[in-house]
This record gives sequence, C-alpha cells and structure tokens, in this order.
Amino acid sequence: MIQIEHLTKAFGPRRVVDDLTFNVERGEVLGFLGPNGAGKSTTMRMITGFLPVTAGRVSIGGYDVADEPLAAKRLIGYLPESAASYPDMTVNGFLLFIAELRGLAGDARKRAVHRVVERCFLDSVLHQSIETLSKGYRHRTCLAQALIHDPDVLIMDEPTDGLDPNQKHEVRNLIREMGKTKAVIFSTHILEEVDAACTRAIIIDRGRMVANGTPASLKAMARSAGRVTLQVSGQEAATVQAACAKLAEAAGADVSGERVRVSPKDRTDKAAGAALARALMALAERERWQVAELHVEEGHLDEVFRSLTFSDMVRA
Amino acid sequence: MNTNTNANTAAKPIVQTKLSAMPSNTLRHIRAIAKRELSSFFGSPVAYVFLVIFLLLTGFFTFTVGAFFERGEAGLASFFTWHPWLYLVLVPAVGMRLWAEERRAGTLELLLTMPIHPWEAIMGKFLASWIFLGIALLLTFPVVLTVNWLGSPDNGQIFTGYLGSFFLAGAYLAITSMTSALTRNQVVAFIVSVVLCLFLILAGFSPVTDMLTRWASPAVIDTVAAFSVMTHFDGFQRGVVDSRDLLFFVSIIAFALFATATILRNRRAG
Repeated sequence: MIQIEHLTKAFGPRRVVDDLTFNVERGEVLGFLGPNGAGKSTTMRMITGFLPVTAGRVSIGGYDVADEPLAAKRLIGYLPESAASYPDMTVNGFLLFIAELRGLAGDARKRAVHRVVERCFLDSVLHQSIETLSKGYRHRTCLAQALIHDPDVLIMDEPTDGLDPNQKHEVRNLIREMGKTKAVIFSTHILEEVDAACTRAIIIDRGRMVANGTPASLKAMARSAGRVTLQVSGQEAATVQAACAKLAEAAGADVSGERVRVSPKDRTDKAAGAALARALMALAERERWQVAELHVEEGHLDEVFRSLTFSDMVRA
Repeated sequence: MNTNTNANTAAKPIVQTKLSAMPSNTLRHIRAIAKRELSSFFGSPVAYVFLVIFLLLTGFFTFTVGAFFERGEAGLASFFTWHPWLYLVLVPAVGMRLWAEERRAGTLELLLTMPIHPWEAIMGKFLASWIFLGIALLLTFPVVLTVNWLGSPDNGQIFTGYLGSFFLAGAYLAITSMTSALTRNQVVAFIVSVVLCLFLILAGFSPVTDMLTRWASPAVIDTVAAFSVMTHFDGFQRGVVDSRDLLFFVSIIAFALFATATILRNRRAG
C-alpha cells in the first residue's frame, strides 16, 4: 500500500531525511523509531503530502503523492504530531467538518461520525468545545478525525504521546486492530510499543535507516541476546561462575547478585544461546546443582536502540 | 471496540469519487471551510469587538471629523473618505489570524493533508473573512437612512461607494492573507500587512510622488501612482464603476491569493 523509494528531504544543506526506502503492506503495522530529531515527523509529513520531497518518491495505493496528491490523500488517515484540532469547535462540529472535507455527505457523514465517536469513546464530550477537553480527549478527537473515512492507510505521529497508561493501552489495542485490515505506520520513541503493537519496526537515526525488521529480529541484534542467566541455590555465585566460564560454549561469565550471566562464544549465531543453555544444564546435572533459574535472554530493544542511534546530547 | 461496523462501509464511495464530480466538490470544500471560519469568528468575542469598534469609528469619522452635518451635502463623501485609513488598521486585524493561527496551532498540517486543493482552503478562508467585512459594512446602513431622511442623495453613487469600499477591504484582506501565510506570529502578520497597505495608499500621495520625481522618470512615477488604491477608490466614490478600477482591485486580490498559495507551498516546514 505504501511504497517509499529513496526518500530524501534537505532543509538547506542539512539532510533531515536521507535516502529512505521501504514498503508497508495491508495488514502490517510499522513502528517508526528514532531519537528526537531523527526525521520521523519529516518523513511522515512527506508521506502525507504536507511537505514536498527533495528527492525520491512516495506512492500510496499506487498513486504518487506528488503527481496525484488528492487521490493519494483520500486513502490516508493522518494523526499529526501535536494532535492538532480547532479549539473553538465542538467535537461533533469538528468531526462533521472533517467528514465534509473528506467528501462524505448526508447520512454517510452522520454514520461516519457516529462510528468514530463510538470507537474513540467520545460520546460523553460530543458537544463540548475542544479547548475545554483534557489532553486525552483532545488526542482521541484527532484520532477519530484520522479514522473518519475508514482509510486504507493510517499514519500516526506519536499517537500515544502524553496519554496516561490506560489510554496508551487503548490506543495500542486500536492500532493493532487497525493493522489487521490497513497499512499502518506510527512513530514513537517508546520502545515497549513496538512489542505491544508492531509487526515490523524501522529505526532511523539522523535521517538514515539503521535497522528494519520484526521486533524479534531487532531484539536479536542486542549484545545481551543469547546470553544465559543461571541461578543456583546453595552454591556460591563465584563457584558457579568459575565452572561456567570453563565451558567450551561460553565466552565468559560474570556475577550479578545471586545470578550468573554466561555469554555464548558466537554471538552472531542465533542457536548459540540454546546450545549454551544445553551445556549449562548438563554441567548443572554433573555438579548436582539445584538450579533455581535458567533462561536465554532474547535481548532488549533499548539496547539495540542505543547502540544504533546517537543521542543529540552526545552530538552537541 | 467493534471491527464489524468498520467493514469498509465509508471508504468505497470516497475512493471512487470521479474526476467529473470535481467542480461541485470544490464548491462544497470552499463552503465547508468558509462556514467553519465564519462560525469560528462569531464564536469568539473578536468579531463583536471588531463590529462595535468599526461602527464607532465610522460614526466618529463621518460625523465629527468629517463634519457630515456642516457640509450640508446630501452625500456620503465624509463617510467613505475615511475607509482606506480605517481599513488600514481594521482589515489586517481581521485577517492576521487567517494562516498564522493555523500554523501556530498545527491545524495547517491537518488542513493541507485533506484531499482538497490548497486554493480551495485559501478561497474558503478569504471569502469567509470578506463576508464578515461585508457584514460590518452593511451594518453601517443607518448612515444611508440618515442621509436619505435629511435630503435626497444620489443612491446610485452611494451604492458604488459601498461597492468600492467592499473591494478595497477585499484587496487589503488578500494582502493580509499573504502576510499571514508567512508567519506563525499574528503580530508580525499585522504589522507587515499595515505597511504593505500603507504603501498602496501612499503610492499616489504627493509627498511620495514628489520624492520620486528627483530621480525617476514621469513614466515610472505614473506607474507607481497607478498602484495606489486611492486613485481607484475615488472613481467608485464619484459614482463611476470603471472596469479598470474594478480590474485593479480584482487583480490585487488574485495576485495576493496566488502569492498566499505559493508561500504556503514553500513554507511548510513549521
């Protein structure tokens, strides 16, 4: 549904987005990750046709955003970064206005508004003006606006920003559900959201794509991926550590509290963690240890994120 | 949350909108945007404050400064003379928020990612403000009643006077729309608009033309003077609707709105 080829945006000499290429199909939820200022919002603004591209092309459902902007925009539902809406309008008035611009009229318009009001739980504030609403409601109003024409493509810039944990949970559920039938892109810098809602994630840093894969495959890139944590009751951690470090499959072992962490020799091999775990189990059996805990770590996203991206505080 | 209600009921007709249906869509979009803009005007105290100030000032200038009664004329010259100067401050005050506010609130992004032509939004917003200024102008009707009650004025001349005044307001408004698109700061938009409109007044003003005579040829001076709204506004006050005067105002409006579109296209970073 969404095809992005060599997308580039330069403001003066500064390349904010640099040669991004990726596709998103129907049924996919793409998490768009990156530190602040990495170019997430700029990319989304180019996809939605708000910002003209410097180079490259974006096509939505076969329509080029630059050549056929109206046809492409019709397919897109967009939640901008600040969840902007007209503060002086009522929720109902705002949604009717957007529905009209979306080409809905008469009964279809009323039904569309009714549907998104129900879906985003806006019933209780329908006739309040938007400026009197709490941030959560304001956010949901803008989300409702993005869903009003039941778009095939949904693009959301930080959809959970500023929401409380319950609201975040609701929005993630909504994204997951939308992802079954639509092509969804959402940006975030909250890494748990990737696990909670995405089928695929892209990490960008300073405009460039640095990773693209399923959440599980991204996690496997972490340094800690494949590491085995072992806890033995009735034994000194230091003794266990010394024994573990001698294993052929282990690259080294260190003590952290009562646990021992053993790293596999070959980090690039995905099976290395499992092989190490088997060797440790055999060792424990020989030594008659009482194993209280043994598991293979799958790696942490924030670790991957930190190793692939640069903090602007370091840069400055 | 229910997925079934969502089963592509609304999406299909939108995707299938044909190109042939465009003109009526255009009007619908312009109307929708103008309606929103107007209701936003009247939903805030700004509109009423503006109307009251406008009516007070026109009254003050017409009767006190313009010496309406002392003139002993059955006409509205003392009423219309002041409009270019009144509008100089009041029209930018109405128009300054047009795009600056959308930019500041982030709704510009929302509006321009809708499946509408940018100029539909520009026209919608411009027309709404122009209609509002038209309403303000219509509310000055007591002055027409007064002059008709006191004497027998040339009502045709009064009508063309109103027409000229309305087009003058439109020209100022389009210029304000242009400067408003440049910035997210309404105060900046206001000041730049006032300066530009002031230039349009002064271009035909003798101190300005005299200054130019020192180094410019008479042809240049005539060209500059032709840009003055005063010369074109005066025609309407004499009861003449000259197509050149009309064309002048219409082309200022068209140019400024076109510039608005260009600015909006090129300044979307914010």
